[in-house]
Amino acid sequence: MIELFGYNFFQNALIAAIFTSISCGIVGTYIVSKRIVFISGGITHASFGGIGLGYFIGINPVLSAIVFSIMSALGIEYLSKKTELREDSAIAIMWSFGMALGIIFIFLSPGYAPNLMNYLFGSILTVSKLDIYLSLALALIVSAFFLLFFKTILFISFDEEYARTRKVGVQLMNYILISFVALTIVLSIKVAGIILVISLLTIPQVSANLFFKDFKRIVFASVILGFLGSVGGLLLSYYLNIPSGASIIFLLVVIFISMRVLKLIINRR
Amino acid sequence: MEPKPLLIELKNIHAGYNGEIIVKNASFGVRQNDFIGIIGPNGGGKTTLIKVILGLIKPRSGEVKYYYNAEVSDQLIGYLPQVHIIDKKFPISVKDVVLSGYMNKNRLIRRFSKNEKMNADLQMEKMGIAALRKKPIGELSGGQMQRTFLCRAIISSPKLLILDEPNNNVDNKFESDLYETLRKLNESIAIMIVSHDVGIISTYIKTIICVNRDVHYHNSNIIDETQLKAYNCPIQLITHGEIPHTVLKTHVHEH
Repeated sequence: MIELFGYNFFQNALIAAIFTSISCGIVGTYIVSKRIVFISGGITHASFGGIGLGYFIGINPVLSAIVFSIMSALGIEYLSKKTELREDSAIAIMWSFGMALGIIFIFLSPGYAPNLMNYLFGSILTVSKLDIYLSLALALIVSAFFLLFFKTILFISFDEEYARTRKVGVQLMNYILISFVALTIVLSIKVAGIILVISLLTIPQVSANLFFKDFKRIVFASVILGFLGSVGGLLLSYYLNIPSGASIIFLLVVIFISMRVLKLIINRR
Repeated sequence: MEPKPLLIELKNIHAGYNGEIIVKNASFGVRQNDFIGIIGPNGGGKTTLIKVILGLIKPRSGEVKYYYNAEVSDQLIGYLPQVHIIDKKFPISVKDVVLSGYMNKNRLIRRFSKNEKMNADLQMEKMGIAALRKKPIGELSGGQMQRTFLCRAIISSPKLLILDEPNNNVDNKFESDLYETLRKLNESIAIMIVSHDVGIISTYIKTIICVNRDVHYHNSNIIDETQLKAYNCPIQLITHGEIPHTVLKTHVHEH
C-alpha cells in the first residue's frame, strides 16, 4: 500500500479527493437542507452538453462544462421563479436537453472521443494538474463565501419568504448559490462521473444528518465522510480492480447503511 | 380623541397571482396601537392581503404607503407566517430561528452582537422556550414552534406585528397565553391577526377587516350577521359551548 502513495497519479487523486470533499460537503449540505437535490441532478446532466461542446470545438471539456452548467443552473432558477412553468418540469427539460446536445456534439466531432467514459462514470486517477487547481480554487471560494455569509445563507434557505419580508436580497443570493452548486458539480465530475456525482452531494449529508441536526455540524461531518468514502473507494477500486467512481459510491452507501444501523442500535438501548 | 398616527395606508389595492385577482378594493389605514382581526372564508384572500402589506406581492393596482422612517422601513413589520409553510426537517436550532429576526439587508455579513444575543435569550426566557434554545426546530411541539416564531417576529422591535393563523395546530394553553402576550404587546405596537376562530379573538381585537375578495374595514370589534352579509363575508362562526362571543351579536330580543 505504501508504494501506492509514491505514484504521482495517486497523490493527485488524494489531493483532488480532499478538495472535492470540502466543496461537496458544504454545497451538498445546502442542497439537501433546501431540498434541491433534483435541481442539482438536472444541472449535472445538463452539463454534459458542455462536455460534448468541448470535444466538438476542441477545448478542455471541463471548461465548456463549467459555462454550460452555470447557464443551466441560472436558467432553472429563472424559469422556475419567474415563469409559470412547473419547476420539476423545467428541470426535466434542461436535464434531457443538455444530454441530447452533448450526444449530438460528440457524434459530430471528428474521430473518436477519448475519455468520454471518464466523464460519464468518473475517473479520479486521471485528474490533471488543471483539475486540481480548479478544485482548490473552488474549495477556497466556497469555504470563504459560506464562512462570510453563513447566517444569511442559513436563514434564506430555511425561510425564504421571511427573508424577503426583511428586504434581504434573496434573489441574488439564490443565483450565487446555485452557481456554486453548478461549479461544484462540474469540478466533481472527474471523481464520480456525471451519472454518479449527485451521490457525493447527498449521501455524506444524509448520513451526517442521522446524528447531527445542525447545519454547520452536518457540513463538517459530510466533509469527513466524503473524504473517507473517496479515499476508501479509491483503494477498493485498486485492490478489486473495479472502476473508482462506482466503488466510491458503493462505499458511501455502505457507510450510510452502517450509520443507520448504528443509530437503530443506539436508539434501542 | 385624536386618531393615532398612521403606520401603513392601503389605497384601493387590487392584488393576486398569475392574472387572477384575489383581493379587491382594499382601502384602509393601520394606526399605532391598532389591534385588527382579519376574518373571512378560506381562500378569500386573507393571506394575500397581508402579503401585499409585507411587500411579498406587488399589487396589481393601488398603493401601499408606509409612514415610518424609510431608512429603517424593514424594521416596521414583524411577521409570523402560517406554521405549515415551515420545513420542519431543516437543520436549524431554535436560537438561530429567533436570531434570524434580526436579519436585514444591511447586515448580510455582520455577526450578532452581544446585545442581540442577550435580547434573544431574554425573549426566549419570556416566552418560556429558553430550555429549548439548542433544539432543532423539528423536535418542537406546535405551541413551542409558534412561540419560537413569535420570538423571531418581535425580536427586532417592530411597530406592527402581523400573525397569520397563529392559533392553528396549538394547544389551548398556548392559545390563551398567546392572546395575553399580544394584549401586552399591543400597549406599545399595532397588531394584525388573521384568524378563523373569531369567537376568541373578538375580546382582544379592536377592529375587524372582512376579506372575501372584497375587503371591508369594520371600525368596531362587534359585528352582527347583517353586517357580515353586507360585507359578503360568510364566515363559519364557531361557538364554544356556553361561552358568549361578542363577534356575532346575537339578537337578544328574539330569545
